[in-house]
Amino acid sequence: MDAVTENFDLFLSGYWTSLKICLIALIGSLVIGTIIAAFRVSPVAPLRWAGTTYVTMVRNAPLTVLLFFFAFGLPEIGIRGSYWLFGISALIIYTSAFVCEALRAGINSVSSGQAEAARAIGLPFVATLREVILPQAFRTSVPPLGSVLIAMFKNSAVLGAFGVGGDLFSVSETLTSARGYAATPVLVGVAVGYLLITLPAGAFLAFLERKTAILR
Amino acid sequence: MSGGLVLYDLPGPRARRRQTMLAIVAGIAVLGVIALVLYRLNQQGQFAAQLWDPLVNPSDKDFSAVWSLIGNGLANTMKAAALAITFSLSVGTVIGVARLMLGKWSRMPVVGFIELFRGLPVVISIFFASRVLPDMGVNLSNWPGGEGLWFVVIGLTAYNSVILAEILRSGVNALPKGQREAASAIGLSGMQTMGLILLPQAVRIMLPALISQLVVILKDTSLAAVLGVYPELLNSAKYIYLNLNNPIQSLIVVGTIFVVINWTLSQLAGWVEQRLSRSTRSPGEETDDEAHYIIDTAEMRQ
Repeated sequence: MDAVTENFDLFLSGYWTSLKICLIALIGSLVIGTIIAAFRVSPVAPLRWAGTTYVTMVRNAPLTVLLFFFAFGLPEIGIRGSYWLFGISALIIYTSAFVCEALRAGINSVSSGQAEAARAIGLPFVATLREVILPQAFRTSVPPLGSVLIAMFKNSAVLGAFGVGGDLFSVSETLTSARGYAATPVLVGVAVGYLLITLPAGAFLAFLERKTAILR
Repeated sequence: MSGGLVLYDLPGPRARRRQTMLAIVAGIAVLGVIALVLYRLNQQGQFAAQLWDPLVNPSDKDFSAVWSLIGNGLANTMKAAALAITFSLSVGTVIGVARLMLGKWSRMPVVGFIELFRGLPVVISIFFASRVLPDMGVNLSNWPGGEGLWFVVIGLTAYNSVILAEILRSGVNALPKGQREAASAIGLSGMQTMGLILLPQAVRIMLPALISQLVVILKDTSLAAVLGVYPELLNSAKYIYLNLNNPIQSLIVVGTIFVVINWTLSQLAGWVEQRLSRSTRSPGEETDDEAHYIIDTAEMRQ
């Protein structure tokens, strides 16, 4: 276990970088995901098609392909940036498709009587969504959204494996490849680092799921 | 609520005119974005024949080599995914049944195992297999297919078996209570109840979720390219563009292959789901909704 205790500061800074990546990706993917979800339920057909195409393409492609495309494809058309920037952008794009689907599933789970009643009292489209549908949809979306975000944290490890420097996963590469530590203790340390976030998050999500569960 | 139509009124003449206007504006905006991307690609010479020809023109000198690489990579991806889903299913069934049948205390290790591997990123599981197993003196290099394949399969199985175990468990829990009671009433033992009555029905409800999980596994095989342990499809793309210097083109082709396969599988899952819910629907039965819920969460998981 010396490998972990001796390099504890490296682990900590890796942890911090991973959390930073996730915080940025969280905000980015929630914003983009919500916009795409709005596209997908809007009365404007071209927007619906655009949203559907986006989700179908992004959701069915592996995150790694997106990462490669951003990091090695974009520079070819003159868009320059760091691995860090490309990595986070790919993670945001990838996660946003799942955020969109979580929100849309929430909207679809609100019974149609609610929307009909809202329309019957004369609410227009935006007010129907804002006052009646979305507050209920959000409750249903909480568990799947939570799973998406936990998955996003785990996916951030792919960025580290890909070469975005400094995050928790890349600590293992630094220590085993560059500094010659034995792989087992280092990897156990990294694994524990991820579990320290994912296990409590999963437990909290289960709790939240019970709290927000409503009968329909 | 299905479809967006319930969210807004059937438009009258004025609203229809407004919506048509909006649709035209939005359509132009969408087309504009596409045109901008194409213009940019063209301006940077990304439509040049020398970049595309090895991938799309059979008379190009590299065409056959490129496609045999892609074919090889695809075959390897399929092989890893098929092995991973097979092992995950068998291990997952054992774990799931263990969790369902053991007592409150004796199932603790099983629950711990499930939580542990569910919380671990797959890329770490694969990396772990590729670095720690050799350190422990496990030699996989003379296994059929080479050690890289087994690193990927072991890493994927570690994650997906516990996911499938949980899907199985929610499938069994979603069955009406009467099934278990009836099985006990005719004198079946616990194991017989599980094997003959509960599991077959649970698998039926779960079939769409299982297919969705296959999509996740297929996507995750490409993690091997990042770790550089196994020559699967994305690795082929990497090899091609490093030699021909056409990353955008190779990645578009390989990405499209992934999307087409996974989209087809998702459609299949949806179709199976629809068929199942049509054939099992009876008044007052809850299992259909439960099945929908399982599928929803399964799709989100990645």
